[in-house]
Amino acid sequence: MTQGQVQHRINLKTQALACGRGDAVLVADLSLEVAAGSALLLRGPNGAGKSTLLLTLAGLLRPISGTLVFEGADPEAGPFIHHCGHKNAVRPRLTVLETLRFWADLNGSGPLPPAAALERVGLARTARVDAGYLSAGQQRRLVLARLLVSPRPVWLLDEPSAALDAAGRELMAALLVDHLESGGLAVIATHDDIALPGAATLTLGAEA
Amino acid sequence: MSGFLGVLQRELRLNLSGGGEVLTLVLFFIIVGAIVPFAIGPDQVLLASIAPGIIWIAAFLAMLLGLDRLFRPDRDDGTLALYRLADMSMAGVVAAKVIAHWLTTALPLIIASPFLAMILAMDGPTFARTALSLLLGTPALAAFGAFGAAVTVAIRRGGLLAPILIAPLCVPVLIFGVGAIAPLGGPDQASSAMLFLAALSLMALALSPFAAALAIDWGEE
Repeated sequence: MTQGQVQHRINLKTQALACGRGDAVLVADLSLEVAAGSALLLRGPNGAGKSTLLLTLAGLLRPISGTLVFEGADPEAGPFIHHCGHKNAVRPRLTVLETLRFWADLNGSGPLPPAAALERVGLARTARVDAGYLSAGQQRRLVLARLLVSPRPVWLLDEPSAALDAAGRELMAALLVDHLESGGLAVIATHDDIALPGAATLTLGAEA
Repeated sequence: MSGFLGVLQRELRLNLSGGGEVLTLVLFFIIVGAIVPFAIGPDQVLLASIAPGIIWIAAFLAMLLGLDRLFRPDRDDGTLALYRLADMSMAGVVAAKVIAHWLTTALPLIIASPFLAMILAMDGPTFARTALSLLLGTPALAAFGAFGAAVTVAIRRGGLLAPILIAPLCVPVLIFGVGAIAPLGGPDQASSAMLFLAALSLMALALSPFAAALAIDWGEE
């Protein structure tokens, strides 16, 4: 199901979007456009609303006002968004491979089998280890593998490089470049320098 | 379908591997039943006559005790957000969870119930009917419980709220559950109570996943 969406090129457009938690508006009057094949880096101080904006874009929070459209998305073809928040959704007592297989079952699996995805993110040796024993950086790598096993055109990543080592950051940048080249779209909230050629930057909360 | 089986498999793995939670609930069930003879005295006739009610109350309490682990751990570690973007409906996730909850909570209690029947001096035929009524009635308890857990999952420290919220919903289950074992009215009331119990379970199982899914979506927004 998710396969069909990859062929679609999805553009993200918002108009006068306001989002926040409860009654507190964090991001107001935001009009942005992210075309298929390009990335947007969200920057801004802590509490500027980066995570809230990502949750809103993912449809997990209702926008306070304004419109939010994913052009080219086919609502019949299943979900097309990957959202990776602060929480890794990794539970002790399941092995690394079991965790990834569960995500592939849940989100619909693509051409890349879970074992190969683990290989790609450098966790092949820990496949049979209890996921609860993974370090913070290894858990983030496991989350990256979740993006690979179920191809979806829209990636919304909330500080994906937190806790990653230098090699991990290079890996993440490489995965993002592959994703964009295949026509995907990414919005990334980050405090780090991510080597993404041609990525636009939006700084939130500068005036507030 | 693979998503449904994936959720089911994960829940079973998490509940059965290592934690010992299943054993804790079974021990709780047996202890609740076993303290009754101490509280009301060793009158075998009296015990035998109230035994079905005691077993049902013990099962009810044990099932309420396990409710908090249904959605809260998933909310805390971010899996609940993942479910909302999954390639399956939230109702499907809840349905898989209800089935896993019944398999890892109610079924062990039913398997342990002969032990309680022995302590409470129940005779064979009465116990057989008790086991059957538990088998038919506990799915309704699991389904109502899932609804209660879904409504309270967004509330911090809402762990004790779910049992209080769903206890009134479960009263009919208890009435028909005990009625199916110890008929008070006429000769044919037990079998019709059994049918009502089965109907309650089927209805609760069919409706609660949708209600719970709605409650989770609203609570998270």
